[in-house]
Amino acid sequence: MLQVKNLNITIAGATRDISIVKDVSFELDAGRSLGVVGESGSGKSMTALALMGLLPGAIRASGSINLAGQELLALSEQEMCSVRGNKVAMIFQEPMTSLNPVQTIGRQVAEPLVLHKAMTRTAAREETIRLLDRVGIPDAARRLDVYPHQLSGGQRQRVMIAIALSCSPNVLVADEPTTALDVTVQRQILDLLRELVSETRMALIIISHDLGVIGEMVDEMLVMYGGSVVERGHADQVFAKPAHPYTSRLIEAIPRFGMPRSERLKTIPGTMPEMGSEMKACIFAGRCDLVYADCLEAPPPFVSVDDAHVAACIRAGRVMETTQ
Amino acid sequence: MSTFLKNASMHRSLMIGGVLTLLLLSVAVLSLFWTPWSPTAIDIANKLKGPSAKHWLGTDHLGRDVLSMLMSGSQISIIVGFLAVSVGLLVGVALGALASTYRGWVEELIMRMSDFSIAFPIIITAVLLTAILGPGTVNSILAIGLFNIPIFARITRGAANAAWAREYVMAAQTCGKGRLRITIEHVLPNISGALIVQATILFAVAILAEAALSFLGLGTQPPEPSWGKMLNNAQTFVGLAPHLAIFPGLAIALSVMGLNLIGDGLRDVLDPKLARAR
Repeated sequence: MLQVKNLNITIAGATRDISIVKDVSFELDAGRSLGVVGESGSGKSMTALALMGLLPGAIRASGSINLAGQELLALSEQEMCSVRGNKVAMIFQEPMTSLNPVQTIGRQVAEPLVLHKAMTRTAAREETIRLLDRVGIPDAARRLDVYPHQLSGGQRQRVMIAIALSCSPNVLVADEPTTALDVTVQRQILDLLRELVSETRMALIIISHDLGVIGEMVDEMLVMYGGSVVERGHADQVFAKPAHPYTSRLIEAIPRFGMPRSERLKTIPGTMPEMGSEMKACIFAGRCDLVYADCLEAPPPFVSVDDAHVAACIRAGRVMETTQ
Repeated sequence: MSTFLKNASMHRSLMIGGVLTLLLLSVAVLSLFWTPWSPTAIDIANKLKGPSAKHWLGTDHLGRDVLSMLMSGSQISIIVGFLAVSVGLLVGVALGALASTYRGWVEELIMRMSDFSIAFPIIITAVLLTAILGPGTVNSILAIGLFNIPIFARITRGAANAAWAREYVMAAQTCGKGRLRITIEHVLPNISGALIVQATILFAVAILAEAALSFLGLGTQPPEPSWGKMLNNAQTFVGLAPHLAIFPGLAIALSVMGLNLIGDGLRDVLDPKLARAR
């Protein structure tokens, strides 16, 4: 239903264009969920903004984003406005600041309904109560006239989800939806999202740097590094048998419960290559301990290691064998 | 609202400013119905008298009662201040909001135009305008209002651009709202605090500017009393009757200070982050 093909995002620079997302492709069916992981600056949030058509001024996207037969990148700003909040919706990292502090939450949840579904204020109010109730706001009818500062962080994120859900979007993009929440609330919000996906058959894209969140939430995952996809596959497969050295290192770096105190946490030495640096070699070569001469010759092609499981590494098979 | 009132009553400069401004307003309202003497009644026999039981603040060179003139002069100050700020607020906020909504060349055009007009001091603008249109209260309102437009445009555009970078505006965009609608529904209500503060401060500036224009003979024309004109008349007699300069000067100073204190106080009360930092 959602097909992204060769999505490239570039910043128009003074002398040359700087590429920040390179050739990202994936497909997502209704009722499925996709996790996008990567460290800061890997291009995951930019990919999300491109889906929403909300890339800031000088940043351009090319390639193809096809939502249920509609090419989103070809739409005008005005046409995109009728897609946003209607067919694709988004929730953000910071529920504390993502709601307008001077409007009641009832008004903010009702807004997309009035905007896209041409509901009257009264009808929208009824629907708002149902939505708030659905996302687990207790005593929803009385909470309509409450301002955001009167709600807790978890409740605000629930309100954000209610806003995103209001027009039954085909795709919900959640950019780090639980990063700002504490662990118990995080769990509740993830459970809610999972329920909503199976209930409404929408597709969910979760962006996170937290492998724990991704691991338990999603069907498929995309590992991004330096603006490129380095590995893509079913979440179970990727977690059990990572085929890219970066993914493998990321998974090893998760602290385990009950690990001996003497054991140091694993890290990935080095830093990500600078944005827009022209890559003749594999983008991860500088930090990889499996690097071979031919890794430095050309960027590696995608190697298929299993059914729908690919990795951009010429040693993919070997990486899979070496992980325990 | 109740917390706002509580915060406001805790704030000393806001309270002092509020009392001074309330005094100014009540004097203006009172003068509509009653002044000790007629502010235009000439009594040459009693000219240039100091404060006495009969004329509390003395009389001027034509024997007019200074207190009565001050009281009715406050009307002009308030009317000019209010209208000039309204002109500046309406046009300036609209322009600033437009600039931050559409960015690009719209923003460039509006901001360069406001740079251009801000380069001329208020008095020059006013002299220019009154030279073309002739002196008078309406034209001084226009001149001061015109001067306020770029100030409001800049403040609005700056605050609005900051608001556009906030998450809730991004969230509103993901709901599919158009830019103009987001500006009206989300940005402007959230920057209203900064605008209110600026309006009270520019109100004070406008009172000062009106006095300056009248002092120069470009503002309110005789026989209507105005503070600036009273100061102008007092020049000649400063040695002889200093009260003629002192009382209008005090009236201007206290009104301007009251409004400035309100502006400062409101800034603290309306911006909780700033208040906590102090």
